[in-house]
Amino acid sequence: MLDIKKIRSEFPALHQMVHDSPLVYFDNGATTQKPDVVIERVQHYYENENSNIHRGVHYLSQEATSRHEEARVIIQKFINAADSKEIIFTKGTTESINLVASSFSKKFISEGDEIIVTEMEHHANIVPWQQVCEEKGAHLKVVAVLEDGSLDMESYKMLLSDRTKIIAVTHISNVTGVINPIKEIIELAHGQNIPVLIDGAQGVSHTKVDVQELDCDFYVFSGHKLFAPMGIGVLYGKESWLEKLPPYQTGGEMIKNVSFERTTFNELPFKFEAGTPNVGGALGLAAAIEYITAIGIEDIEAHEKELLDYGTQQLSKIENLRIIGTSDNKASVISFIFEDIHHYDAGTILDQLGIAVRTGNHCAQPLMKRFGLSGTIRAAFAFYNTKEEIDKLVSSINRVRKMFI
Amino acid sequence: MSIESSAAEIVEEFEMFDTWLDKYNYIIELGQELEGLDSQFKEQKYLISGCQSQVWLTAEFNDGKVYFKADSDAIITKGIVYLLIRVLSGNTPTAIVDYDLSFLEKIGLKEHLSPTRSNGLNSMIKQIKLYALVYQTKEKQR
Repeated sequence: MLDIKKIRSEFPALHQMVHDSPLVYFDNGATTQKPDVVIERVQHYYENENSNIHRGVHYLSQEATSRHEEARVIIQKFINAADSKEIIFTKGTTESINLVASSFSKKFISEGDEIIVTEMEHHANIVPWQQVCEEKGAHLKVVAVLEDGSLDMESYKMLLSDRTKIIAVTHISNVTGVINPIKEIIELAHGQNIPVLIDGAQGVSHTKVDVQELDCDFYVFSGHKLFAPMGIGVLYGKESWLEKLPPYQTGGEMIKNVSFERTTFNELPFKFEAGTPNVGGALGLAAAIEYITAIGIEDIEAHEKELLDYGTQQLSKIENLRIIGTSDNKASVISFIFEDIHHYDAGTILDQLGIAVRTGNHCAQPLMKRFGLSGTIRAAFAFYNTKEEIDKLVSSINRVRKMFI
Repeated sequence: MSIESSAAEIVEEFEMFDTWLDKYNYIIELGQELEGLDSQFKEQKYLISGCQSQVWLTAEFNDGKVYFKADSDAIITKGIVYLLIRVLSGNTPTAIVDYDLSFLEKIGLKEHLSPTRSNGLNSMIKQIKLYALVYQTKEKQR
């Protein structure tokens, strides 16, 4: 059982008034709030440890280098990677995917090849692959989504072919919260020696991730959706794959020797980390991971499941409200529409009532098209949310309905 | 009525509201009142796309004045569209091009017009000004 009162007291941004109402923050799918320990860690770094890493012989540089590499190990353990050199620091999920798409395609994609994505992907897991296809004359194949928001696994099996070079699929849908059967997806792909990238942007904060058990080839996520600062993210890649991929960006840090005739590249993980990294962000991410690990991922999952069940039950009672994504395998995300009120109208009034939800197409226009919608309202619960806040959402929705109907 | 006096009139109307609730109820009422566009105009050609709500806009030039008609799929957006049209429609291209729309700030609706708001209103204003600019140029060429 989580001590929610204590947990909430550790998130300063949760305690504020918005338009004269206490803030109810349900936009956790876009970004999560940060606990004191993360904010203090970043501040401590800039107050006491700030220096450029890996190159200096002086005390501060060596200290910062040690903390940065310790952070890498904390992340490695968090997702159970085999080695810390399989953890590449990036700006976030988007950069991680772009890195893999760009480096992988340089070596492994040619004309006529196929890349598989799904209809429920965030634009960040569509557009980089689409660009690669355009450049290389390859084809993007799309796995269909069923009416309940889950993946059509038959469609997936049909798309696998000897031309498929890589599969990119989300762990959890950012729109519906539907959890994909990624283990099965990976097993089927590996049966044909095809690597799989998992977009874990929504995955890591809701559920335990073990990359070795999953056997995924790449797993990518952002710090800011995991209670850590913005501008830091992770690319996990199997060592065997990362060794084979050419560098993404070039410059300092990622080189071994440079002359005007030839440059040799550094070893993993530095080969993919050109330029000065976001050290403060990496330390903040490590602090966030230690924080949620201490609370316990299983307890977090159990609390979020309660919120999901309660929220689904309460929202379902509201007239003309339809939940998008009714699969029973979901994380604590509820996307819904009103048959008779536009999402922008509802979102505007909910904001006036102090409730932060996300409205619109959630950077997933193909999925909106699939459901014939222009947008939804999304309430994404984190472990610091409560049933009382869900009650507040429900009563606020009732006020919204009175205004428009 | 000139742009300035229509804008002043709206500012006065909004001064009557004490709470945001009253203000939004009024905007919703206006949105429901706005005649809107026939379905033939609700097509790509007239669409100003925002990622939250959509706006359709048509313009007509008659006797030296520009007349706008618009519609939106969201009622609040439509209400604000109503206000914009009430102020701007039926004026000369030059008056429209020069007007700064500060009345929206005075009635506390400026947040709906921020470029990041993506409800289509910001783009609609740009489009209105663009129409006016085109008619202004055409007039000068005559």
